[in-house]
Amino acid sequence: MDSAISDPAVRTPLVRTADNGLKIVVVGGFGVGKTTLVRSVSDIRPLSTEETMTQASRGIDDLGGISSKTSTTVAFDFGRISLNERTVLYLFGAPGQERFWFLWDRLFAGTLGAVVLVDTRRLADSWYAIDRLEHHGTPFIVARNDFGGPKYTAEEVRDALDLDPRVPLIDCDARSRTSSKHVLITLVEHLRALASARETAS
Amino acid sequence: MIRPGRDDSPDRLYTLTGGRSRSDAHDFDLVTLVVSESEATLGMQSEHAAILRMCRLPTAVVEIAADLRLPVSIVKIMLSDLLDMGRITARHPRAVPSRAELPDLPLLEQVLVGLRNL
Ligand SMILES: Nc1nc2c(ncn2[C@@H]2O[C@H](COP(=O)(O)OP(=O)(O)O)[C@@H](O)[C@H]2O)c(=O)[nH]1
Ligand SMILES: [Mg+2]
Repeated sequence: MDSAISDPAVRTPLVRTADNGLKIVVVGGFGVGKTTLVRSVSDIRPLSTEETMTQASRGIDDLGGISSKTSTTVAFDFGRISLNERTVLYLFGAPGQERFWFLWDRLFAGTLGAVVLVDTRRLADSWYAIDRLEHHGTPFIVARNDFGGPKYTAEEVRDALDLDPRVPLIDCDARSRTSSKHVLITLVEHLRALASARETAS
Repeated sequence: MIRPGRDDSPDRLYTLTGGRSRSDAHDFDLVTLVVSESEATLGMQSEHAAILRMCRLPTAVVEIAADLRLPVSIVKIMLSDLLDMGRITARHPRAVPSRAELPDLPLLEQVLVGLRNL
């Protein structure tokens, strides 16, 4: 499993001056390469954790009810990249399944943006994630992980995903550090383009 | 494989938080960086002591949760308690103020520089 717990005593700590944590989320179906991508670029071995929430009290903590009400638990993993002496980027690998989105606001409010990782053999797995990201107004790009399935053109993939033409679609190999780094850079360049368009408009 | 939280009895989670929910626990983000302001003391709740040891250097809420193998929401409540006691300080993220807002350009440039240097 990918949930190997890295020993805090061994894990590279952050520097004393670190004071601003940023988030990017990688969303995609099971086995699509999320943990692999996080591991490829992270300064630490990916860690895993969970968030739990009781169904009856979405958005409110109600720990008193934890034993009596059904609770939703979502597991996710993450790594981090120290960008400079103050800024550290956390990368989260998160499942795109339905119950996960109940926790989106609590976990990923304030996220810079998202990468939707897709396997072209199972494109339909990503429909829901794309729909939810649009709903939450979270900017994203789509990265196609090559598992050696049939070759589709970018246009075919865009059609199948009903992707807005402004959303970047790129190919990647999550096992490669260079390729995974390129995915993140593509996302942040996309965010920069959106932000500068907004500044010009206002 | 040890799954945080899932194997814990509700009783243990109850004890850790005193059964309380705290609305200010929401001030802690997954990536809020926590720094200890004092050493662990004898007789302190063991999770509190573990947090103080872990956070001698800045440590994100989500890393604390992973190391303690506890759900993030439980950890946030314990952090709120430690904050009240003046035993930790919290460095909250300054990225994106609210939903669907884009971060400012200088921050994005900074992120790009950092990523290109990887
Ligand atoms: N061929 C190929 N295999 C990959 C790629 N990315 C990940 N894998 C493999 O796919 C499997 C599942 O990847 P994982 O990262 O655990 O998926 P997750 O469930 O999304 O976290 C692993 O055995 C990876 O080695 C890729 O780009 N190409
Ligand atoms: Mg995984």
